[in-house]
Amino acid sequence: MKRNFITVFALLAWMKAYPQNQPADSSGYEKRKLKIEEVNWVSGYYTQDGNNSAVTGGVGTEELTDFSNTVDLKLIKYGKDGVKNNLTIEVGLDNYTSASSDMIDLSANSSASSADNRFYPSLSYLRENDVKGQAVGGGLSFSSEYDYFSAGANIHFAKKSKNRNGEFTAKFQSFFDQVTMIKPIELRGGPGRRREPRNTYALSLSYSQIINPELQVVVLGDVITQKGYLGLPFHRVYFNNTSVRMENLPDTRLKIPLAVMASYFPGGRVIIKAYYRYYMDDWKISSHTFNLEIPIKVTPTFSLSPFGRMYVQQATEHFAGYGEYTIDETYYTSNYDLSAFNSNFVGLGLKYIPLRGIFGIKHFNAVEFRYGHYTKSTDMISDVISMHLKFK
Amino acid sequence: MIHISHRLYPLVLVIALLTSSCVSVKEFQKGKLNDSEMTLTNRKVEKAELSFQSYREGSSGANAGKVGGGCGCN
Repeated sequence: MKRNFITVFALLAWMKAYPQNQPADSSGYEKRKLKIEEVNWVSGYYTQDGNNSAVTGGVGTEELTDFSNTVDLKLIKYGKDGVKNNLTIEVGLDNYTSASSDMIDLSANSSASSADNRFYPSLSYLRENDVKGQAVGGGLSFSSEYDYFSAGANIHFAKKSKNRNGEFTAKFQSFFDQVTMIKPIELRGGPGRRREPRNTYALSLSYSQIINPELQVVVLGDVITQKGYLGLPFHRVYFNNTSVRMENLPDTRLKIPLAVMASYFPGGRVIIKAYYRYYMDDWKISSHTFNLEIPIKVTPTFSLSPFGRMYVQQATEHFAGYGEYTIDETYYTSNYDLSAFNSNFVGLGLKYIPLRGIFGIKHFNAVEFRYGHYTKSTDMISDVISMHLKFK
Repeated sequence: MIHISHRLYPLVLVIALLTSSCVSVKEFQKGKLNDSEMTLTNRKVEKAELSFQSYREGSSGANAGKVGGGCGCN
């Protein structure tokens, strides 16, 4: 935490030392230096509890905490043709504790599996041509934790309509993951730990449209395919003959989520933002998600945003609870995240963007906090609190 | 195989009604649309909640965010 503060304030000091407003050049030659556009620091603290852990076959504690931190630095440089080049460097670090992971060894107490760190750096580039109304870009991402490694790459294209009221966006992402096969302790044997691949390919398309000066909508759709080891080796499944195996799921999955989102600012102090998503996949999971957020502008620089989210899910055909499977099943999981349930998420956001900067610091542009409480019909509850500091 | 559910028909109808009633909005008329609260993408402060929702629920995607990579599956 202390290190994050030092990093952000060092960047802030550097920005003050090299202000963005360059003196005018009488020669007519415009200097186009690489400069810092903004720095963002986002922290989140998440805690959950429940009694349906997949590590212990659908029974047992789900207690977990996760403290996440990301810092991103956005650099820009204008080309001679007026093209804006954006380079974003992001570094993230999570620290989590998990009581259920500790039960990979049922006799352990605070074993090596009870806590871990996840490190996830990424780099992205975007080239925006305002004259043509189009943008192209790409990026690389990595994520590493003790039993999981992911490397990703993506390309991005966006094109505005002639009247600049609509925009089409396409993004293709691929992730090449490696799952370390850490089995429940009673199921170990044979050669040492091996790794299994999990590849994900996702095409995301969206079209946003301004309807009138107060209303805009966006339609989003993804096609996501996964191939490889799609379960987790330390998830137990208990059968009706009291035998136990590690979770086994199909090695392919096709997911199709479709969504529409609208934001409406009728005037005064209130804005209405609504989101709906329908999701389906070939594991027979389907779901409906509805989200409503109503930002209220208390003053021109301070806003409150109450929000609520409802979610309803149909179970995968491969799910059953503790001791419910017969031994002749091909695929089986007791992961309640794939079961039938509904959930609610409610909370409040606060945003402050003073004209002269936070605490009078010119470049300390904005601060945002958000708290939410989540309840699942499987008796799982969680809370999340987040903070975003923006330096510009 | 996936087949499109009849439950999607209301969604298609809403989109069709909205897009058919568009008016051309000039740059100087976009004051409200350019308000920071009107953005149609996820905000950075939502990162933690979108992350846990994608792990604690069987669904993900169509929210202009990451659709894979990383585990976080405890």
